[in-house]
Amino acid sequence: MNIADLRHYSIEEYKKAYRSKEFTPTAVTRVFFDRIRELEGDIHAFLAIDEEGAMKRARELEEKKISDTDFPPLYGIPIAVKDNICVKGLQATCGSRILRNFVAPYDATVVEKLKKAGVIILGKTNMDEFAMGSSTENSGYGPTRNPLDRERVPGGSSGGSAACVAALEAPLSLGSDTGGSVRQPAAFCGIVGLRPTYGRVSRYGLVSFASSLDQIGPLTRTVDDCITLFEVISGQDERDSTCAPYPPFSRNDIPKDEEIPKIRIGIPNEYFTPGVDPAISGRIREVIDLLVNKGFPVINVSLPHTDFGLESYYIVALAEASSNLARYDGVLYGFRKEGSFTLQEMYTRTRTEGFGKEVLRRIVLGTYSLSSGYYDEYYLKGMKVRTLVRKDFEASFQNCDLLLTPVTPCLPFRFGERSRDPYQMYLADVFTIPSAMAGIPGISLNCGYQDHLPIGLQILSAPFAEGKLLGFARYLEKLLSIPLPFPEKMPRKESL
Amino acid sequence: MEKCYLTIGLEVHCQLLTKAKMFCRCGTDYIGKEPNSLVCPVCMGLPGSLPVMNRKAMELAIRTAMTLHCEILPRVIFHRKNYFYPDLPKGYQISQFDFPIGINGTLEFMGQGEKKKVRIKRVHVEEDAGKLVHEGLNIPSECSGVDFNRCGIPLVEIVTEPDLHSPEDARDYLTMLRSIVRYIGVSDGNMEEGSLRCDANISLSLTEKTMGVKVEVKNMNSFRSVYHALEFELSRQQKCLAEGKKLFPETRHWDETRGVTVSSRGKEEAQDYRYFPDPDLLPHTIEQVILNDIQSNLPELPLEKKERFMFDYELTETEANVLVQDCSLANFFESCIKELNKPKFIANWVITEVLKNLNDLRQDIQHSKITPAALMDLLKMVDRKEISGTIAKSVLEDMFQSGAKAKDVIAKKGISFMSNEKELEKIVHQIIEQNPQSIADYLSGKEKALHFLIGQVMKVTRGQASPEIVKNILNKELSAERSLCGPREPF
Repeated sequence: MNIADLRHYSIEEYKKAYRSKEFTPTAVTRVFFDRIRELEGDIHAFLAIDEEGAMKRARELEEKKISDTDFPPLYGIPIAVKDNICVKGLQATCGSRILRNFVAPYDATVVEKLKKAGVIILGKTNMDEFAMGSSTENSGYGPTRNPLDRERVPGGSSGGSAACVAALEAPLSLGSDTGGSVRQPAAFCGIVGLRPTYGRVSRYGLVSFASSLDQIGPLTRTVDDCITLFEVISGQDERDSTCAPYPPFSRNDIPKDEEIPKIRIGIPNEYFTPGVDPAISGRIREVIDLLVNKGFPVINVSLPHTDFGLESYYIVALAEASSNLARYDGVLYGFRKEGSFTLQEMYTRTRTEGFGKEVLRRIVLGTYSLSSGYYDEYYLKGMKVRTLVRKDFEASFQNCDLLLTPVTPCLPFRFGERSRDPYQMYLADVFTIPSAMAGIPGISLNCGYQDHLPIGLQILSAPFAEGKLLGFARYLEKLLSIPLPFPEKMPRKESL
Repeated sequence: MEKCYLTIGLEVHCQLLTKAKMFCRCGTDYIGKEPNSLVCPVCMGLPGSLPVMNRKAMELAIRTAMTLHCEILPRVIFHRKNYFYPDLPKGYQISQFDFPIGINGTLEFMGQGEKKKVRIKRVHVEEDAGKLVHEGLNIPSECSGVDFNRCGIPLVEIVTEPDLHSPEDARDYLTMLRSIVRYIGVSDGNMEEGSLRCDANISLSLTEKTMGVKVEVKNMNSFRSVYHALEFELSRQQKCLAEGKKLFPETRHWDETRGVTVSSRGKEEAQDYRYFPDPDLLPHTIEQVILNDIQSNLPELPLEKKERFMFDYELTETEANVLVQDCSLANFFESCIKELNKPKFIANWVITEVLKNLNDLRQDIQHSKITPAALMDLLKMVDRKEISGTIAKSVLEDMFQSGAKAKDVIAKKGISFMSNEKELEKIVHQIIEQNPQSIADYLSGKEKALHFLIGQVMKVTRGQASPEIVKNILNKELSAERSLCGPREPF
């Protein structure tokens, strides 16, 4: 068996192979580490690789006697975890120098669930520092390269999680989505990324960026794998008060095949503006036409407050971030600037040196909007606009079941192309942010290529309607049959 | 000098008596524990951890607010109070801001014999911070550590309106507040151990209508120090005003050893705490059933109890005051009178002897070895005149120390009492016959002779007679003698 044999394998197929003893978890895990060794030099998707732990875990799984009937849902499946999700005993740097020596002393709720479901954790993936960014260029440990074009960014902030799945360094991964950080890199890397309804997946153990927006989501090669992973990680958690009292997602929530064509599709006008790369809007219009031909009811809808989504997001998210990141003060853990300072100096020097430029920028912006005298004008107003954005979606879901939009207005961009102008960078998330503000679920699906660059299609649904969302996504995936990415190792630079 | 008008407002923090911390499941019994042994990712503010509200703490806070006659705001919204300090691991404290659990309450207390009323501005819930531990004797110290055991313990903050007008008032209000939080079981109110903390805002004005400059006084570790710090501040400010100096708003720290308040420099600039609703804790409304339940289970309060004691048991105000100050002492007293319906007699014993023993042993009644039943075994003997009060006192002292029963202490001490009056009467007759001179002395008015006679009886009975009974018999017999031998009625 080699990695090429595994490029089309789904979770179910791995499990089938394990059951029939066609191959074993250790063999599979070894193949993935070989692949990581082969490609990591190019891609840099990982911040930490735990080969020893993963191999040990694979052997343990093999030694367990498991009957065919109660095979754990992710038995022997390797997975990569974003470095802002706590895995006991592994680092959790969040891509920041300020946490460079921080080892998580506990498992996040999702990690507990994954372990119970039988996964093998390969390592921790690269990300924009504290999930603040759209290109993984803001990582304190160097950027990740897009496996489909090494000159381009993989998106962000879950760039490492998206790149490793696209490069098949891991069959699946977990990311986190605050304003688009799962969906946008999934789109840039040509894979599937789901942002669940806010409160559907426990945030306990996810290092907070903006508490009212953060959600953990699966990144996978296929919708089916996304469904399986989402089934495992979703559900209420008594350790997270914001986690909804709602049962875990089940594939039984997905409508039957014959129900799918009755799903009403809405096309929001505001997502097809001249600012969108014509290659993207063109391809998505083709998909819409295809759906119309298949008999789907398709209507145009309007989400009038879309334009304010981005602005209000940067007020609300950064206000929360400024407070959430206050704990990195050099006292209890993480980086501390050593020297003979006063307390105030220790704080200032630790934080100035420990955080990267973008994080500092966002802390300052967030602090400002919470300051007395500005609170009403910024934070409070931001929250009010957020309500308007949410109401837009509520109104549209009166008339349709799902919304179809581009994930991003642009194709994967080159390194440095946008990193000098923060606003240009922020625009990369303009289509993923409003739904995040509304707390509704969204999925990013590869719907084709412009040359070698993938185009992401976003599907949005009402809160907790992931059944319809995933059912339709799976249908569309089959209908479009876009080839899965399987990048080769790049030839060495000097031979170019 | 001109008359000054003093205004004081107090901010009191009480640790709530919950088993678990405010937002995690760590225990709260931190006194004497190894540093950082009662901690978890949540109360240490580790990355990724999230708070979950302790409902019991909210209930206790609501109980406090209801007892203080507050209007309850059942919509619970927690805010983050953002500031940096090493004892605050998240960089913010979770607290209540514009929706405190209770507002606009009142508290009545006895201030220098007068019933006084303080308006309560707000009652809110928040989490406690950790504790800095400095090593060595140098200031600044070589090394400082943080103990997070206390971090996250639920606190209720009770803020008064500026309705207090003397250091005595402040002390008496605090005494009543402590008594109340103990009565309703929400806090042990121990100021020395820090489970009750008090900051004072004091201002002095030359006119009655206007308020003076607000000075905050902190770092007072006992009721006494609150009183002394305020007295000091009062005279300091009076002196300033008399000298025509300007007072300015500041925070001052009470220095217990020097007995002065010291301005704490560097903290003067108004701090912007950037309060905003904690997005990790969704707003939550306490159900009316729960509120009703708490309301209907509020216990009797000290002032109500005092009035009942005075009315039902005919105690004096002073007696009742002493008994109701500590709810468990009041309960102890009421258990005792169930065994013997002589409230005055028992109150007297509880107030003098029981309290004296508790004081000597530095105990409170809950932690002492004496139960109401044990005390009453002893007091019933006294009541039946089987033993003298003096002996009972020494027996009680022993009981407090050993926890033994009255009977056992008496047996151990070799005190055994002859209480058969018939037997004693015989002996008394015998003594009377043997000591005609003493009888004559007594009858001629020498009271001392009676003590000699009692002594003689005690000698014969080898100390086993109850002196009270002997005295009674002697009196009876001697008054009979007197009527025989005394001056006769003229015919």
